Amino acid sequence: MLAVQNLEVVYEDVILVLKGVSLAVPDGAVVALLGGNGAGKTTVLRAITGLLDVHRGSVTKGSVTLDGEPIHALDAPAIVAAGIGQVMEGRRIFSEFTVDENLRVGGHRAPRAEIPARLDRIYDLFPVLAERRRSVAGYLSGGEQQMLAIGRAMMAEPRVLLLDEPSLGLAPLVVQRIRDLIVDINRAGTSVLLVEQNANMALSIADHGYILETGKVVMDKPAAELREDEDVREFYLGLRQEGAASFRDVKHYKRRKRWLS
Amino acid sequence: MDLLLPGLLRGVGIGSLYALLAVSFVIIYRATTVVNFAQPALMILGSYFTALFAVQLGLPFPLAVLLAMAALAVVGAVTERVAMRPLVGQPVFSAAMVTVGVFIVLTMVANRLIGPGIIVVGDPWGIEFLRVGSLTVFQSDVARTVLGLGAVGAVGLFLKRSRVGLAMRATSLDQETALAQGVDVGRMFSLAWAISAALAGLAGMLVGTGSGGLEATAALIALKALPVIILGGIDSIEGAVVAGLLVGVAEALTRVYQPLYAPWLGANFDVVVPYVILMATLMVRPYGLFGTPEVERV
Ligand SMILES: Nc1ncnc2c1ncn2[C@@H]1O[C@H](COP(=O)(O)OP(=O)(O)O)[C@@H](O)[C@H]1O
Ligand SMILES: [Mg+2]
Repeated sequence: MLAVQNLEVVYEDVILVLKGVSLAVPDGAVVALLGGNGAGKTTVLRAITGLLDVHRGSVTKGSVTLDGEPIHALDAPAIVAAGIGQVMEGRRIFSEFTVDENLRVGGHRAPRAEIPARLDRIYDLFPVLAERRRSVAGYLSGGEQQMLAIGRAMMAEPRVLLLDEPSLGLAPLVVQRIRDLIVDINRAGTSVLLVEQNANMALSIADHGYILETGKVVMDKPAAELREDEDVREFYLGLRQEGAASFRDVKHYKRRKRWLS
Repeated sequence: MDLLLPGLLRGVGIGSLYALLAVSFVIIYRATTVVNFAQPALMILGSYFTALFAVQLGLPFPLAVLLAMAALAVVGAVTERVAMRPLVGQPVFSAAMVTVGVFIVLTMVANRLIGPGIIVVGDPWGIEFLRVGSLTVFQSDVARTVLGLGAVGAVGLFLKRSRVGLAMRATSLDQETALAQGVDVGRMFSLAWAISAALAGLAGMLVGTGSGGLEATAALIALKALPVIILGGIDSIEGAVVAGLLVGVAEALTRVYQPLYAPWLGANFDVVVPYVILMATLMVRPYGLFGTPEVERV
């Protein structure tokens, strides 16, 4: 199990962004981490994967553990080696590389002898990529690039896969496709922490969900309950009643009433 | 006409040396976006180590060259770890300034090692030449072409085909993403410095041979690589090779023809030629012949 306990993260030594976040990704689960822009979702992932340094951030309190072993003091390559893979926000494929080269970078730490078999497995999972293995990745469509980013992360055969807004900027049909792929990956035995603003998509496949607002977890429930929750339906699933006041006003009102009391 | 071919061949020889030096700059630039001004000092250390192994210890010349390159690789990796790594995340301008400091320190070390005399590198080809029909070719030009371009080709293949080379290229495209794939980015920086220093060391050997000895000030020949890398586009290995050959040939042909046809340009005009080509090219292509537009210059 991947567990984050009471995590506090500060950027540039002064900007407090996470204020005691706790969450857990049990083995085999799909866990959704929801929240609006700037809530701190990406920061949670950076803290787990050792990428805070790159952004002048640091963990000032709390811990990240994998099966009870603390990993927050490890560097990013060691965390990959420990079995945590990630698909970063914005896909971040190497656009000048071919599809094949992108995947091979993902297998950087894998035993050399296993690379061909792993490539085959990824190409089975993503036939579109197989057709274009020699193409320059920058010319792929947005959906294909997202698949490539996921395939690249899977080359390391992680135990836990972290995905940062994989549906961002993709057409609804493509989002469906990505969603199904995440389900396939999870069925094959990889736990998933899915960061999304698209709560609809995320809650449709998650077992459990967390809602993050300005650096705090404000709600933490089984996904089925979140799907039924009035507030979540209104503010994250876009099922708001006509005639309500502006999003921001209602949200503040509701929050005060229901979550911060 | 009998001036043209020998001139071309001389140009290719010296041009290969420029290409080798330019590529040694490009390797570090691509990994770290820093122009390493310590390169001339690494080159002179290469001459020194070749002399040490070949002449003072009397090892077979090819072995001496390989050992010298290995020694330089170690110097490069250690320099990166000690002087450059702490600056990761700082502006590249500061890092480039630190390389000037590294140049000064390494030059002092080299001067201490070499002493006041000249380095005799042990010279397997000297001023010997080959005769092909009526044509004479200096062996040193052949050596520069074969070894210089050969080494560059080997490094190119390594970057293109090997797993570590792929990781190095990934690092130069996007450090954070490379890290997220488990690439040890710091190691890639060290490796880039090691490869680059080994190439500079080989250049040091090639500068030292064929001329009967080398003074410490010969380091300045490495600065010839600066117009070459700007001309080639500072992030392109192919560009460095093409530009190196171009500048070498242009220089050699100028040396042959300018005294005949344009003596009024004065003596040693060939020294200016790289800069003339450079300025003419940059007016048409501001990023060099093969460069990427967004490259930052220091
Ligand atoms: N490198 C950084 N330096 C300073 N502040 C940052 C940095 N990265 C993110 N932040 C701030 O941290 C907060 C959370 O950002 P982020 O984790 O990216 O949120 P999310 O992914 O939920 O949109 C935002 O207010 C953002 O401005
Ligand atoms: Mg984000």
